[in-house]
Amino acid sequence: MKDSEHSYSRVRRLKNQIKAVVTNPYNVIVLVAIILLTYLIVFPLVDMLSRTFVLSQRDLRAVGGTGHVAGEFTFYYWQKLFASDLTKSLLVMPLLHSLEIGFAVSVGSIVLGAVLAWLMVRSDLPFKPFFSLAVIIPYMIPSWVKSQAWLSMFRTPRIGGSPGFFTALMLKAGISNEVIEAIIAPIAYGPLAIVVVLSLHYYAYTYLLVSAALNSINSELEEMGEIQGASKALILRRITFPLVLPAMLSAVILTFSKAIGTFGVINYLGSPVRFRTLSSELYSNSQSQNTQIAFAMAILMICIAAISVFINQQLIGSRKSYATIGGKGGRSTPIGLGVWKPLITVILLAFFVVAIIMPVLILILESCMLQQGTYSLENFTLYYWAGSGNPDIMEGLPGIFKNEQFLLSLFNSCRLTLVNGVFGTIFGQILGYICAKGRGRFHGKLVEQLVFIPYLIPSIAFGGIYLSMFSRPQQLFGVTLIPALYGTFTLLTVTSVVKHLPFASRAGTSNMLQISGELEEAATIEGAGFFKRFIKIVFPLSKGGFISGFMLIFVSIMKELDLIILIMTPSTTTLPYLAFQYQNNNAPQSSDCVAIVMFSIVFLVYALANIFGDADLAKSMAG
Amino acid sequence: MSKIVLQNVDKFYGKNHVLKDLNLTINDGEFMTLLGPSGCGKTTTLRVVSGLEKPQNGFIYMDDKEIVNAKEAKFAPPSQRNLNLVFQSYALWPHMTVFDNVSFGLKIRKESSDVIAKKVASALERMQIGEYAKRYPTELSGGQQQRVAIARAIVSEPRLLLLDEPLSNLDAKLRVDMRSELKRLHHDTGTTIIYVTHDQVEALTMSTRIALFRKGELVQVAPPLELYDNPVNLYTADFIGNPSINFVKGTAEVDGAGMKVTSSMGQVGFERADMTESAPQSGSLAVTLGIRPEQLTISTERDDAHQIEGRVYSGMPAGSETLVSVRVGEDLLTVKELGSTHYSGDQVVYLGYNPKKVNVFATESENLIKYCV
Repeated sequence: MKDSEHSYSRVRRLKNQIKAVVTNPYNVIVLVAIILLTYLIVFPLVDMLSRTFVLSQRDLRAVGGTGHVAGEFTFYYWQKLFASDLTKSLLVMPLLHSLEIGFAVSVGSIVLGAVLAWLMVRSDLPFKPFFSLAVIIPYMIPSWVKSQAWLSMFRTPRIGGSPGFFTALMLKAGISNEVIEAIIAPIAYGPLAIVVVLSLHYYAYTYLLVSAALNSINSELEEMGEIQGASKALILRRITFPLVLPAMLSAVILTFSKAIGTFGVINYLGSPVRFRTLSSELYSNSQSQNTQIAFAMAILMICIAAISVFINQQLIGSRKSYATIGGKGGRSTPIGLGVWKPLITVILLAFFVVAIIMPVLILILESCMLQQGTYSLENFTLYYWAGSGNPDIMEGLPGIFKNEQFLLSLFNSCRLTLVNGVFGTIFGQILGYICAKGRGRFHGKLVEQLVFIPYLIPSIAFGGIYLSMFSRPQQLFGVTLIPALYGTFTLLTVTSVVKHLPFASRAGTSNMLQISGELEEAATIEGAGFFKRFIKIVFPLSKGGFISGFMLIFVSIMKELDLIILIMTPSTTTLPYLAFQYQNNNAPQSSDCVAIVMFSIVFLVYALANIFGDADLAKSMAG
Repeated sequence: MSKIVLQNVDKFYGKNHVLKDLNLTINDGEFMTLLGPSGCGKTTTLRVVSGLEKPQNGFIYMDDKEIVNAKEAKFAPPSQRNLNLVFQSYALWPHMTVFDNVSFGLKIRKESSDVIAKKVASALERMQIGEYAKRYPTELSGGQQQRVAIARAIVSEPRLLLLDEPLSNLDAKLRVDMRSELKRLHHDTGTTIIYVTHDQVEALTMSTRIALFRKGELVQVAPPLELYDNPVNLYTADFIGNPSINFVKGTAEVDGAGMKVTSSMGQVGFERADMTESAPQSGSLAVTLGIRPEQLTISTERDDAHQIEGRVYSGMPAGSETLVSVRVGEDLLTVKELGSTHYSGDQVVYLGYNPKKVNVFATESENLIKYCV
């Protein structure tokens, strides 16, 4: 049979091709994923961008003159932001503040995280099991809870109302109010406070990424340096440091973009002294219906995040990760701290007491104080926990366990985290599957890029985008696809799931990459179809990754405030939002109670997952 | 029990042309080995036959039934090809017991549980691992895992069995045992087997025919001994045989009666009858002599005028045989002698050979011009 003897039919070819594409569920899933990601990520971005160029009804008068109609194309908003009398207060100052916070927090948390990671992984530090648990706790306490604790310690009477713990001590010692304001106020509020609190929060990212990198370095590499006669400092500088540099740079990006997008902490610690950043401007503009200005700011923030990622990629270049070169499995000989050991141990212990244990204790203490700032036994009460409404206290706000709003928020939070944990993880694993299978191919790269976009969008801006997009019904050719979702639980869920996709799918990808393709091929040979393979082979083998991914999403959504603050309505409040509201309405004890409950849930779930599921946060993050 | 025909098969990975216009027929009941260095396309050929890869061009027939027609984008899925595959890594599902691993395919085919139990038991018994049915793969040794993988592949009684370097992860002793076992399996079942390996000893000892690959192209398809005795070119000659064949450069004067070759091995005449059809009819050309190490005789005293004088470079006795490197002029020749003899360095020795058993290749075209007979 020569080639020319074969009959050839174009119709048959087309039929076979179509059949091959349609009958392969993988293709269908990839197609659905790309369409959904485009609709949920690209489309909102474009929509937001285009709306900053459309004149709204309420700004008709501001534009001035006649001949303008609502809905026409305009540069008004961008001009207002970039070239008007308001530019300085609306853009320049907040932008500078944002960058200042971003840089300072990055430096602070990288140094702190890297040093801790090195001590924990490579040194002969004592009590390692205790320290390695303690080091992770800050990740579980939301940053806004930390700022609450910060205020509980340092609040000054003139700006913040009742005095905090330290302030009260100083007052007792007979120091005058003026002196206290002069000394404590700059610590209590403003950039210093924000940087310290955020650094104490975000160092966890550096810690997790760098310790993963350090773990994968074969200590023979360092020992080789020692044999060559290098001192410990030189080895650290010339061998260890360059090897973990890629991990540190990824941590910088993560920290920087998170710090820029953060809102809760700025609101707690910045607003009393009118320290404003892009994110707080974005929030207040959005609250006062200046939607277009808020969107323009969101785009600006996305650009900053994108630029930082770009610079990071240029810096790292091809040396994406050395981790695999050294390879695991090598021996790891801890490096002796020598005479410094006791001192370092004491400093670390002190650090954990001051930075982690004390804030939590003070928070608990304050939640049991009838009147803030009065440190005496008569003042002790459980009213804010379980009291029934007393009109004399906090305008009759009952204790949280008798407060329907709290119970609703608790229910909402649990519902949101569970639904999100489950769906987010499943989507994450499926997208991870696509990324892993499609490595080096167009569809794989496309999905990887699409999924990465939400990572660049600061939380608060992301909430803003979804608010604008889903507050009206979504129509296609006059048919309503999705009704208006404003104020629904669905909107909350969609927003959280999509925003957390980058993490979830990264965890999924690294999980799926560990499953050898041949295991699936063996099943193909046996005649197992796509779904059978997924259920019988892929899913059982990726169970561990499922649990880690679930944990990551659960913890991060349980404490999420920035992302959902713009889309909250009374019926959909979650615990973080309730705490935020109480704090803003001057009911700090109730706020403390809510925060403590939330923290306890996070900690409990983390502990359970650790004990039963062998979940590893670092594993799902490092990806 | 199945005849496979590959016609004009092309496979690309991106711009990388892995299989180049491949034509190969594997007869019913054959043990066909695809042999070649890594990256030559042998595993790709196996995967194309299995249906895990889709070739860009070409046709594949199984018992005259078209299973691949790239032109019409027709690719029968693996499950419709009645074949099974043993992976190099074994690809045992770590979360399933040995029994579940082996019965997986039968369950998908919805066989009754009695039949499944019977078939699995017989396959495990066939591979002598009956007692491990309830274990998980990680609880087995490498050799036992290998047996599970083969049991999984034969339990469905496929008409075609594909084996992808199945022995490469085993240690040397186990490998020899498994070789004879696989050969016995082929004898008992009569299944057509396609076997991929880079190990020429495996290929020579087990196959009915060997297909030798180079850079995505077939170089020679022949029964093992033919491949060994008369490799079509220098590449094949060099690849087949352990220790490697000796190459000696020389010049040949060709005329109607045959040719005379002058080299460091002296002047030798070859008859026209022993030469290939493609050999030149006259003139002189550069040639390479190919002499297998076991064709060279070695002695410490000259007992024939035709013997070549050389000096021992190193001697390597290994009990049943002795390998000796001998320097002859510019060339370093390997001699294989049965039994154990001690040679000291720089000792003078005399080499002899039978010209009939020597291959001659044209150096420029690299092709065989004189058979070993």
